[in-house]
Amino acid sequence: MSLQQFMNEAISPWMKEDGPDSDIVMSSRIRLARNLDKVPFPLIANDQDLEKILTFMKQTYHHQSFKNYHDLEFVGINELTPVEKQVLVEKHLISPHLADKSTHSGVLISESEQVSVMVNEEDHIRIQLYFPGFQLQRALDEAFEFDDWLEENVNYAFDEDRGYLTSCPTNVGTGLRASVMMHLPALALTQKLNRMIPAISQLGLVVRGIYGEGSEAVGNIFQISNQITLGRSEEDIVVDLQSVVQKLIEQERKARRLLMDQSGLRLEDRIFRSYGILERSRIIESKEAATCLSDLRLGIDIGYIDHISKTILNELMVLTQPGFLQHYAKEALSPQRRDILRASLIRERLYLEK
Amino acid sequence: MDCQECKERSATLHFTKVVNGAKTEIHVCEQCAKEKGYVSDEEEAYSLHDLLSGLFNFEPSSIHTGQQANQVSTEQVLKCPNCGMTYHDFTRVGKFGCAECYHAFEAHLNPIFRRVHSGNTTHDGKIPKRIGSTIQQRKKLDQYRKQLQQLIENEEFEQAAKVRDQIKSLKKDLNHGGEGEA
Ligand SMILES: [Zn+2]
Ligand SMILES: [Zn+2]
Repeated sequence: MSLQQFMNEAISPWMKEDGPDSDIVMSSRIRLARNLDKVPFPLIANDQDLEKILTFMKQTYHHQSFKNYHDLEFVGINELTPVEKQVLVEKHLISPHLADKSTHSGVLISESEQVSVMVNEEDHIRIQLYFPGFQLQRALDEAFEFDDWLEENVNYAFDEDRGYLTSCPTNVGTGLRASVMMHLPALALTQKLNRMIPAISQLGLVVRGIYGEGSEAVGNIFQISNQITLGRSEEDIVVDLQSVVQKLIEQERKARRLLMDQSGLRLEDRIFRSYGILERSRIIESKEAATCLSDLRLGIDIGYIDHISKTILNELMVLTQPGFLQHYAKEALSPQRRDILRASLIRERLYLEK
Repeated sequence: MDCQECKERSATLHFTKVVNGAKTEIHVCEQCAKEKGYVSDEEEAYSLHDLLSGLFNFEPSSIHTGQQANQVSTEQVLKCPNCGMTYHDFTRVGKFGCAECYHAFEAHLNPIFRRVHSGNTTHDGKIPKRIGSTIQQRKKLDQYRKQLQQLIENEEFEQAAKVRDQIKSLKKDLNHGGEGEA
């Protein structure tokens, strides 16, 4: 695996596999924050310490494999162009925070891009593991094994009372952030999600809209994750999150059926209009593209459209992000030129499905 | 749902915050979340600065009394011997400097953790496989002891004998681990 391969495909290899409930849950993610014993955390560590960790991680894990996570590739952040960094952020392989750091940080990415290990982000080590669809428990089990494998060669900062010690008090204990990315068009369209959010946040879970250059939740894609990391076991955290996600899935399915029963023609009209825009437009802003893609995906899921593959939403969501567009064009693009390229890429991609 | 701060954009970040023991719901847009310090980066869902400043507002608020003034100055000189971060730095930045800071600032941490983690202060999850093996065994031992007690109370003596044997062998392992090579 090389950096070029991570860059060229908008959709990560693991995303091509179908997961449970993938009509609603796009992906499940487990993130574990870990630090090395004795060395100051990246925030205040000196260059020497940071470089030592980076070199160690590179020497120890570059080209290593564990189970299905083959051939970890080490990528130094300072080796990347700004556009390359942005692409890795858009593919969720690194965080925006890591991309901002120019020196002494890096990432190990497995061949399937299912695992990435950020080095010297806010914590020394941040393991991220993805599964397609709704597979939180499996992702947790695998992340634990991967964590044990990493731990064979490093001494983690761990305290019997406080657990895994992290730079930020919001991560201490398990260091776990479990999250799912959900496509909830019917709940959003019927305004039901707004009414469910207060109850969800009461359970210590966070709901956030993602995507979109500005501040709005576009594409009806939401991330649900845990907020509490201390005093609860990873299993309990995941079980709680799972039960809320399960409820959301049921409610979304119910809302979809209701929409089809009560305003089927309107819904069909909306979906095919969006399809038309995606297929024909010459200039399209990211927000409009996301809205139309969400409609198109809903149309595929409920059977109004049957000749287009389901992964189109995941794929085009990434492909039409600013970083990817500029990577594709091999030059920096103004927002106007991005809108033109975005429209033409979407047209071409949909043409392939015919 | 509109953002409660700007009332213009729609709220995309939703969570609860515990303020003085009461849960408050926060619904804000990404932009306001950043401006108001609710998020430091994509992952951190709420403001530590806020939590910390809220916490310290009532601690050193009245500096008239000599005792409290003293308290403030000890907090300020409280310093991590490993990385040099002071407690004052910690409250300002909202992040620890190193693992040792957790011990150095120990006396002040419970209220902070309680606030951030819904009342919790101690870890109840994974223990590192390699470096934590003795901790794991000790926890298992505790678990067996509880089980034993329960079995005896229920007069399930046969089962209790088995558990007692498990305790014995585990203890042996633990002792050996403690003495180094057996
Ligand atoms: Zn706002
Ligand atoms: Zn320290």
